[in-house]
Amino acid sequence: MSAAVQTQPAATMATAAARGASLRHALHAEWTKLRTVSGPAWLLLGAAALTIAVSAAAVGATHCPQNLTCPVDTTKLSLTGIQFGQAVVAILAVLAFCNEYSTGMIRVTLAAMPRRHAVLAAKAILIAGLVLVAGAVAVFGSVLAGHLILPGHGFTAARGFQPVWLSYGPTLRAACGSVLFLGLIALLSIGVSVIVRDSAVAIGTVLALLYLSPVVLAFIGNEHWQHRLERWTPTVAGLTIQDTIGLRNLAITPWAGLGVLALWAAAALLAGGLALRLRDA
Amino acid sequence: MTTSAISVPRPHAGLGDGSRGGSFGSLLRAEFVKFRSVRGWVIGMILAALLTIFLGVFAAANANIGCQINGGPPKSGKACLPSIPHGPGGEVVSDSFYFVRQPLTGNGSITVRVTALTGEHANLSSGRAQVGSAMVPGLAEWAKAGIIIKQSTRQGSAYAAMMVTGSNGVRMQYNYTGDTAGLPGDVLAAHPRWLRLTRSGDTITGYDSADGTHWTQVGTVQLTGLPSTVEVGMFATSPNYTVTQNSFGGNSNNSGPAQATGVFDHVSLTGGAPGGTWTGTAIGRGGRAGGRGPGGGPGSAPFTEAGGQFTLTGSGDIAPVTPGPGGPFPTVTIEQSLVGAFLGLIVIVVVAAMFFSTEYRRGLIRTTLAATPRRGAVLAAKAVVIGAVAFVTGVVAAVVSIAVGVPKEENQGQVVLTAPVLTEVRVIVGTAAMLALAAVFAVALGAILRRSAAAITIAVVIVVMPFLLTALNVVPAGVGDWLLRLTPAAGLAIEQSIPRYAQVTSVTSPVQGYYPLSPYAGFAVLCLWTAAALALALVMLRRRDA
Repeated sequence: MSAAVQTQPAATMATAAARGASLRHALHAEWTKLRTVSGPAWLLLGAAALTIAVSAAAVGATHCPQNLTCPVDTTKLSLTGIQFGQAVVAILAVLAFCNEYSTGMIRVTLAAMPRRHAVLAAKAILIAGLVLVAGAVAVFGSVLAGHLILPGHGFTAARGFQPVWLSYGPTLRAACGSVLFLGLIALLSIGVSVIVRDSAVAIGTVLALLYLSPVVLAFIGNEHWQHRLERWTPTVAGLTIQDTIGLRNLAITPWAGLGVLALWAAAALLAGGLALRLRDA
Repeated sequence: MTTSAISVPRPHAGLGDGSRGGSFGSLLRAEFVKFRSVRGWVIGMILAALLTIFLGVFAAANANIGCQINGGPPKSGKACLPSIPHGPGGEVVSDSFYFVRQPLTGNGSITVRVTALTGEHANLSSGRAQVGSAMVPGLAEWAKAGIIIKQSTRQGSAYAAMMVTGSNGVRMQYNYTGDTAGLPGDVLAAHPRWLRLTRSGDTITGYDSADGTHWTQVGTVQLTGLPSTVEVGMFATSPNYTVTQNSFGGNSNNSGPAQATGVFDHVSLTGGAPGGTWTGTAIGRGGRAGGRGPGGGPGSAPFTEAGGQFTLTGSGDIAPVTPGPGGPFPTVTIEQSLVGAFLGLIVIVVVAAMFFSTEYRRGLIRTTLAATPRRGAVLAAKAVVIGAVAFVTGVVAAVVSIAVGVPKEENQGQVVLTAPVLTEVRVIVGTAAMLALAAVFAVALGAILRRSAAAITIAVVIVVMPFLLTALNVVPAGVGDWLLRLTPAAGLAIEQSIPRYAQVTSVTSPVQGYYPLSPYAGFAVLCLWTAAALALALVMLRRRDA
């Protein structure tokens, strides 16, 4: 409390340079925190490994027999693992804030860096950056698995299947979009965790956001609600970025779908920033 | 150190009891007090029930269907609800066929020779059924023609029948759900099939023969309460012709109306009124299918007799109605009102994981273990308390979801496939038990990992993802089946209310409630996972310092 009072004059004097310096310091501090515990590194590794493993398993289990037509989006199939990887990313992002709340570290952090939005920004930038790196590895591994395995399972160019490789425009878009998708999931999770503060409740909320909309979509019969869910829920809309066939039938275009997820993430971060500012830690 | 601790309690019985942690009952009480004194957890469980109900009712209330009957004005909702026959077992059935019949009083038998079974179906080549265009030749797998003894011409009344089928040989079927195989192979003029049904009191016995002299008994069935006068005769019918793309996902299929034509001769009836005449009747919508066929349009007679040879054409089915597209009308199962259980699962798993992991965070675990050094008992007490609370929450949520959701679905014009009361009880209790097991699974994971976030994620993802990957056809059908056999998601099978009937071609997606394992087998898989997690938790809890 006293720390917060003392910072008032400093805040009024803040110049752009000071602001930049405080973010830089916050980034440095957060980076030290992240790299000195083993959890985040394992989670990043786990996210990439799980994504690649599930993608490779999905690709390996799919065959297209010679005499049948297979309405399969080979790119989307190769990126199946993202649906699991996102859960690990969510854990990583949720723990970034919630661990500080559960250990009381947050009070030290905010005493050292009273600019709360800088703390949030620094965490968001760092976590999202690391997730993007891990996501790039995961997506590359998944695409590579599809590229190597699928032609041997009947998905050949001779039968009209586009190669699952980054030289093919839609696959490149799906791959880059999937990396961004993971980054946005991380930001969404950070926003939720700042609002909720308890890691269990935060991860529950994030999992409900990620996995519930596809379940409801599978059950609901009403076309209007199907359309709405496909357009406006974070994962169903966001994962349209992976579609490369049947784009005309999508409820939302791929990039717009990813944009919807970005809106969710922005809204969560904004609400989180507000909550962080208004509440005592 | 330890030896002295064991030897001390002898003289001080009261103290000794305390140091051993008292009975399991008091341990349970202690854990329950912990649970109910944290307001957030109690609210969490109430929230779990409310969210489950809300989501289930929301999904049920948004399944409105529209229809247009015989070119009339478009309708929607309950006005579209067709009259639905229920079989003797209470299940929703289809009972539409063409029936050439006469009454039979008392005991008797009917014998026929079937020389041909042919069919036509709507043209599906362009991906969907072309209504009104010419039908093309082709026989649905379960097209059927044969002889039947039926309580009355009322749809849904009791029956027993011997029949030849599209590609499943001779069958004896009775009361919609019963099905016994007879002679294999298709029926052709070169190798016709002889069929016989005899009635003796309430007992009907079916025979088949390849030559009319050597008869084999296929089956015998008791139709209790059969009146003395029943309807007996020949029938023909065909369910929708369905093309399933087995290449990928079991779910992509087209179906269109179809009709079957059976040719009978050597018809003989014993026990009936002498010189009785045959009357042709369409039971339900059992006449010709809507399309125009090379054999004549809807106008031509579905039944001809010439020189002792009978030719019957009919469409529909005599079978239980199964969920999913391809049936005679839009249907839902009672478990489709329980979609909210996925949301309830997440909330319950969150509370359950916190129930253990919070003790680690606050250091309460050291107090707990000092009070009760038997760590296994502590784990068991926590599992029992959270399991019981989750179970009660689940029962309340499931009962209300079905009680509110099912009438809503009927108001929307959906035919709800009712199940026997005991099955409904199994669905409700099973859903609650599944939630309880998931909660115990999460407690065990929480004890193993000591990290609630990871425990919650694993417990949720391992149930939800196999379901999603299979339901949305992300993975091929075969792989999806194995996922639903081996992962804890197998436990969802306990919600299946309509059994899979071999004699009905149906879409088998988990969204329709179909799982590769039977309800109890699937539930047992979830039990095994939970037991394994508890065992591992016990080992870890004993080995590690708190």
